[in-house]
Amino acid sequence: MSVTGIATGREEGKGRTWQRAAGYLPVYASIAPFYILFAVFGLFPIFFSLYISFHSWDGIGPMRFVGLEQFEYLVTDNNFWISIVNTLVIWIMSTIPMLFLALVIAFLLNSQIRYRGAYRVAYFIPNVTSIVAIAIIFGSIFGNHFGLLNSVLHAIGLHQVQWLNNPWGIKVAIASMVVWRWTGYNAIIYLAGLQSIPGVLYEAARVDGASTPQIFFRITIPLLRPVILFTVITSTIGGMQLFTEPQILVGNSGGPGQAGLTMVLYLYQQAFTKNLFGYGAAIGWGLFVIIVLFSAINWRVVQRAGVR
Amino acid sequence: MALVVRSIKRLSVHFLLLIGVAISIFPFYWMVVMSTNTTGDIFRFPPKMGFGPHLLTNIQHVLQSINFAGSFINTVGVSVAQTVFVLLFDSLAGFTFAKFDFPGRKVLFLILLGTFMVPAQLSTVPLFVIMAHLGWVGSFKALVIPGMANAFGIFWMRQYAQGAVHDDLLDAGRIDGCGHFRLWWHVGLPVLRPALAFLGIFTSIYTWNDYFWPLVVLINPNRITLQVALSQLIGIYSTDYSMVMAGTLMATIPLIIVFLLGSRQFIADIAAGAIRS
Repeated sequence: MSVTGIATGREEGKGRTWQRAAGYLPVYASIAPFYILFAVFGLFPIFFSLYISFHSWDGIGPMRFVGLEQFEYLVTDNNFWISIVNTLVIWIMSTIPMLFLALVIAFLLNSQIRYRGAYRVAYFIPNVTSIVAIAIIFGSIFGNHFGLLNSVLHAIGLHQVQWLNNPWGIKVAIASMVVWRWTGYNAIIYLAGLQSIPGVLYEAARVDGASTPQIFFRITIPLLRPVILFTVITSTIGGMQLFTEPQILVGNSGGPGQAGLTMVLYLYQQAFTKNLFGYGAAIGWGLFVIIVLFSAINWRVVQRAGVR
Repeated sequence: MALVVRSIKRLSVHFLLLIGVAISIFPFYWMVVMSTNTTGDIFRFPPKMGFGPHLLTNIQHVLQSINFAGSFINTVGVSVAQTVFVLLFDSLAGFTFAKFDFPGRKVLFLILLGTFMVPAQLSTVPLFVIMAHLGWVGSFKALVIPGMANAFGIFWMRQYAQGAVHDDLLDAGRIDGCGHFRLWWHVGLPVLRPALAFLGIFTSIYTWNDYFWPLVVLINPNRITLQVALSQLIGIYSTDYSMVMAGTLMATIPLIIVFLLGSRQFIADIAAGAIRS
């Protein structure tokens, strides 16, 4: 009795396992598309990119193995270093005013004000506009001769600036596009962060006699730290990948003095206008290392700054 | 007295905010000014700052210079296809992760989150080579297929489905004999509608504006998307700025309409997503 019981149990168990596996089939099929696409177009290219970077290749002819030569050239390539410096300088010129202004706007919007919804929409519109369109519009504002900005300078009796012939002018134009496009986005995120801080905390601080600056630095900023961290990291990753703004504004060369040559623009220029696929892949790795390094540094800085 | 101080404070807050709004809106205003005037009206001192009567002429010039209508249709097609695929695959996967238990669920979801870390720019060159091998270079397949399902959307759908799809509804569906896919279609999707709306707007805006990858992979000048067409326009006709602006205006307006249709909820969702992560 007991023996047969066990036997049938086993039999049933086997059948059930098989049935269960078949039962899971639709479940796995439901999530499979993402993993298949990622394997083919996300994971495989990473290894493939390493392989390509060990070769000299124009994308058409035969590949020639060159070992680490591409990377050796990369670390001594002046243009690559110029592109790193440009990217970092533009990042600083854009991120600091952008996050500061975003914080100010979020505070103003958080002060129980009317038309908040309309303000949020108005501040967010730049973010959904295409960067190509923005770069074209800003190109006319920063134009060398008849740009709007120069007309304003002229009207108030100042000297005109050849914005797009000047290394700093180019950087200012690019940075101002980034600020214009992303300040509203970051303000909306800060606003959501501010709204998640319980009002009780502010009341308690007021009762204890804290001043407004004290409340700002002791309550708001520390509680907002995760949100600030989020915005710093996203703007780091975004800023390191700057491409469209300089490409439209000053072209594939990066403009006079290569002042607008960012890292991704350099990658594009080498890989897709000069057909240096091996070197392009190596630049991709250089870019990756710098993004990781810079994100890690920013992460630590923001974490530390709030702890005190 | 306190009332006066208060309303002055309010007014000054509005004043500061309105300066910001003016800066946000100004480039759009300037775009319309330029595209309704001639280049000569703009490139002089002082430039014309109001609207002019030349919009139709400028639009005509755009249509004569580049295949605007063609690239417009291409862009609509690519955006719609991409959005439909993303909504289907991401909602199905997110719904499954949220409401079903299966061996490996946790590990698979962690892997999914891990893919956020994979940097896109690393794969530009190899991806182009892969596309060349598949014969997809110059084809819209290269734009749409790699992005048919994405980690962000699945994550988003899962978060929403966890709270929105009730187990008793699923049980009722099972009793009625629904299989997995019919549960997703008949029980899941109707409840997920708000999350689908956000992901749909987000995906279509993102696809519409995408520039780097289309620029790399769409090598046939007759089969391009709007953003690439715009960059050709400014590259070739940079002296006729009014015409370029008219093209930019036409390429931008559809998107702003899509955004304004769902803007309030969309902005709230963007913020919620950032806070959550």
